[in-house]
Amino acid sequence: MKFTLSWLKDHLETEADLPTILTALTRIGLEVEGVDDPAERLAGFRVARVLTAERHPQADKLQVLSVDTGDGVALQVVCGAPNARAGLVGVLGTPGAVVPANGMQLRVSAIRGVESNGMMCSSRELELGDDHDGIIELAADAPVGTPFADYAGLGDPVIEVAVTPNRQDCMGVRGIARDLAAAGLGTLKPLAVEPVAGEGAGPDVRTHDPAGCPAFFAQNVSGVTNGASPDWMQRRLKAIGQKPISALVDITNYVMFDLGRPLHVYDRAKLTGGLVARAAKAGEQVLALNGKTYTLAEGMTVIADDAHVHDIGGIMGGEDSGVIEATTDVLIECAYFTPEAIARTGQALNLTSDARARFERGVDPAFLGDGLAIATRMVLDLCGGRASGVTRAGQPPVERASFVYNPLLALTLGGLDVTEERQRAILEALGFDVTDDWHVTPPTWRRDVDGPADIVEEVIRIEGLDNVPSTPLPRAEGVARPTATPEQRTERRLRRAAAARGLNEAVTWSFVPAAQADIFGGGAWTLANPISEDMKVMRPSLLPGLLAAAQRNLSRGATGVRLFEFGRRYLADAERPTLAVVLAGERTPRGWQGGKAKAFDAFDAKAEALALLEAAGAPVANLQVLGEAGEAWHPGQSGTLRLGPKTVLAAFGIVHPSVAKAFDLGGPVAAVELYPDAIPAKRSSGFMRLAYAPPALQPVRRDFAFVVPAALSAEQLVRAVRGADKAAIVEARLFDVFEGAGVGEGMKSLAIEVVLQPGEKSFTDAELMAIADRVVAAAGKLGAVLRG
Amino acid sequence: MSELQTLQVDLLARVEGAASIEAVEAIRVEALGKQGRVTALLKSLGGMTPEERLVEGPAIHALREAVTGAIGDRKAALERAALDGKLAAETLDMTLPVDRIAPGSVHPVSQVMDELAEIFADLGFAVASGPEIEDDWHNFSALNIPETHPARAMHDTFYFPEAGEKRMLLRTHTSPVQIRTMLKDKPPIRIIAPGRVYRSDSDATHTPMFHQIEGLVIDRGITLGHLKWTLETFLKAFFERDDIVLRLRSSYFPFTEPSVEVDVGYTMVNGKRVIGGSEGWLEVLGSGMVHRKVIEACGLDPNEWQGFAFGTGVDRLAMLKYGMEDLRAFFDGDLRWLRHYGFAALDVPTLSGGVGVAA
Repeated sequence: MKFTLSWLKDHLETEADLPTILTALTRIGLEVEGVDDPAERLAGFRVARVLTAERHPQADKLQVLSVDTGDGVALQVVCGAPNARAGLVGVLGTPGAVVPANGMQLRVSAIRGVESNGMMCSSRELELGDDHDGIIELAADAPVGTPFADYAGLGDPVIEVAVTPNRQDCMGVRGIARDLAAAGLGTLKPLAVEPVAGEGAGPDVRTHDPAGCPAFFAQNVSGVTNGASPDWMQRRLKAIGQKPISALVDITNYVMFDLGRPLHVYDRAKLTGGLVARAAKAGEQVLALNGKTYTLAEGMTVIADDAHVHDIGGIMGGEDSGVIEATTDVLIECAYFTPEAIARTGQALNLTSDARARFERGVDPAFLGDGLAIATRMVLDLCGGRASGVTRAGQPPVERASFVYNPLLALTLGGLDVTEERQRAILEALGFDVTDDWHVTPPTWRRDVDGPADIVEEVIRIEGLDNVPSTPLPRAEGVARPTATPEQRTERRLRRAAAARGLNEAVTWSFVPAAQADIFGGGAWTLANPISEDMKVMRPSLLPGLLAAAQRNLSRGATGVRLFEFGRRYLADAERPTLAVVLAGERTPRGWQGGKAKAFDAFDAKAEALALLEAAGAPVANLQVLGEAGEAWHPGQSGTLRLGPKTVLAAFGIVHPSVAKAFDLGGPVAAVELYPDAIPAKRSSGFMRLAYAPPALQPVRRDFAFVVPAALSAEQLVRAVRGADKAAIVEARLFDVFEGAGVGEGMKSLAIEVVLQPGEKSFTDAELMAIADRVVAAAGKLGAVLRG
Repeated sequence: MSELQTLQVDLLARVEGAASIEAVEAIRVEALGKQGRVTALLKSLGGMTPEERLVEGPAIHALREAVTGAIGDRKAALERAALDGKLAAETLDMTLPVDRIAPGSVHPVSQVMDELAEIFADLGFAVASGPEIEDDWHNFSALNIPETHPARAMHDTFYFPEAGEKRMLLRTHTSPVQIRTMLKDKPPIRIIAPGRVYRSDSDATHTPMFHQIEGLVIDRGITLGHLKWTLETFLKAFFERDDIVLRLRSSYFPFTEPSVEVDVGYTMVNGKRVIGGSEGWLEVLGSGMVHRKVIEACGLDPNEWQGFAFGTGVDRLAMLKYGMEDLRAFFDGDLRWLRHYGFAALDVPTLSGGVGVAA
């Protein structure tokens, strides 16, 4: 909402200066978004008269002027404008002034050897128009020496405030003035309303849609002349960014911004019969003033005559019946449209307008008669003509419910002790009725106020939020208790463990292109109104975002990328916490020790998965490596880490080359997706650890090499070996894999180191032999044969 | 010179002159071996008279000790020289580079969320969470934002296709977590709820996804004064400055009444806005006393329970504290940015160590 200082002062009698007003506006909830003070921009530009104009001795196209600036001394100014001549009254920029158009600061300078003490300006240089053919020519009697901004009436600062959606009353200058008056910045001037009696019957207007348009007031004016609106009105409208159109249109806009009262003016020559507010029929069309045709849905409130729809009620008028220069007979509409209906229609048509913004918040339902009178009076004053009587169809909803307010609430809710007298004064200044026993009735222009908490807000905002004393929250006794949940602790551990392992945390979009979601099993959630096709489907996996980020990094010149993200996957039934890792590019660069650069492999991914799971507290020793990571993975170089056959804690491996290609990634890309919510919760049992009991005797190590079928997984064999003697064998570790000469076709050799832990006594040779036999037997069940 | 003395001088000179451990060993055998000359002298002691022995004994033993000591010393010196020579041959260029994996990093959003959790834990606030795919009841209706409310237009909402009774959407703020918490937990309540939120908005300063943190206190006798103190205390702790100045402005949110917008003062330092002082103001928080209708919607009695709520942008807090300028870079995953603005794994915010990380 924009307005000018002088406009505000039409309604507010005040001594306050601009900074004081601005501070107060922000403080009471009308946040100042901007101030444009043209006088400030045009400081140093004054009305000046050219006394003499002589040819520049060194340049044909320049003249040397002697200029009267009103202080008795003629200034010498060099000027290149063709229209510069003795007697011309124009605008002089004096040294120190900054030219608005180019930001250049004027200085005393020599132009081709002749001193120049300023610059005579064109309209374009002052950003007042496009004219740059010559310097500005003012009226001959323009007062020389006056600041140009004052002379031109440009010295009126434009203030823009943000009006929150609850403040219907501040969608007009008068409401803002009322708020400032209540805040102690002056007094609200009375509003002059001069009812126009008119002659004869009022126009034929009715409302058949009392839900959408409960009241429709109207008055005709005949024999008007619709020329340009007066200068003062045009200046104000321009100042707030409105384009003056014609007197009739400008009047409706002016009243809307001045009083928050939207109006519409119809050209009666273009109407067929009377006007009725009614619910639209499905499919009805209207060509609106913005030049677009809107197809209406059933029930939208419209204003129509016998022939067709002329107006999307309360939102935008129709092109057909709008006023033009030749218009002579008009109908002025001043109606009340129901806010909820306006909101629905506006949203459905995706159509915004200054009228909608006001009707949607709710206009003052008690201001239809006065609003119409003010508009009609203005039309008569500016366009002439004769007014008809007034038609008042329907009843605006003026009833206001009162409620009981306990003034103690200012303290118990607002935290500020305000005397009852002061609270009453604030409320009355804002237009509230307050009885002696504190029954409060809000004014008709404050439909947002419907309970005691609203009254507290009014009191506190006017009295000053700054005055509310800070009150410490009661503190629980002792040291602050831990607050993080087990899930939050797991998340923190995972994140910091990943960073400690050299992974960089990224945060990528929750939505991905549909094609990328499809690669990872398809998305369960697709936006109805995505911002673009690239941000359409809620990710079913964190990998698309990380793969895309890895690709961007590589194309920016990164050689090795280790990214991770902790975030949610959005599945049909739930949002699942997930950690994903992508390793792309070089694992290690070429080096003097290692030789060539190495790429990542699936075991790098497995190492990350295990390390992170361990950090998260998963029982890593009990995990099994199984397959079925999914179609996005290399079928032979991927796997899942499971606890039991069903609980998948992580998938890892090399990303399927066709997937990598889809993301423009060459070379092997390793990845992990880890599911923290699948990790079994730790059974909390206090802080006490088990008693420390190191074994008394040293462990014994024995190596076994087996020839096994190539298809047998190492884990199966190791598991079998470990299980061969649960009492003695504490560890079995695979340390060599060999395929090739001497092992046999379709076979491989696996070497395992077994750690045996003696109990009370050392193993005897016989015991060791027996254990070895059990190991060989257990492996034998899997088709493993001890190598000779 | 006696015979013994002559022998000692001779032996010691030869030991000193021996060039190898083998040569020393040969001398040892010659002098101290079973047939050695010194050994023979020792044996001769047995055939002497006590008087002779008293004279000759110490001299012969002294000879043996001198020779033994000289041999030991010479052997050690030769061994040491041999080792020195071997090690000298093993010299490597210690300026050669070692393999070094670039350190990982924690994203500023995560770091700041950890910082906030730490600060609010001290004030007794737990961390709550809720779904990002919400229904319109939790995101709007329960928060006193009916369908036709102009405030719905303020939120540029991402919707999912209509299906079933509830219209599903991406939460536009973290405020639905207020509702879920009040429905689930009994007051008194003190929570913060950080998380991703979404608005269909994209320009230099807006991204369609960003992070918010919600705060909620529901108790008996909570007033706007408590809200003011909490926000002041939190911002002072977060920015670790005592010159934090807040400016409270009356505002409007459908779910709070009264509603207050909070600006924090800044000072220009080398062309950058630094929080602290009051040269200018930055909007950082929306807040207010929880609306009666919201408390009622959650099944609580608003005459018994009241409290306050606040919300702020996590990304924005990060930018104000650590100086990032472009919000879009937060979500690009550019390693250069992540390393520049990210945090070390061990930069865990703690109250004793300071929640912030010095530049």
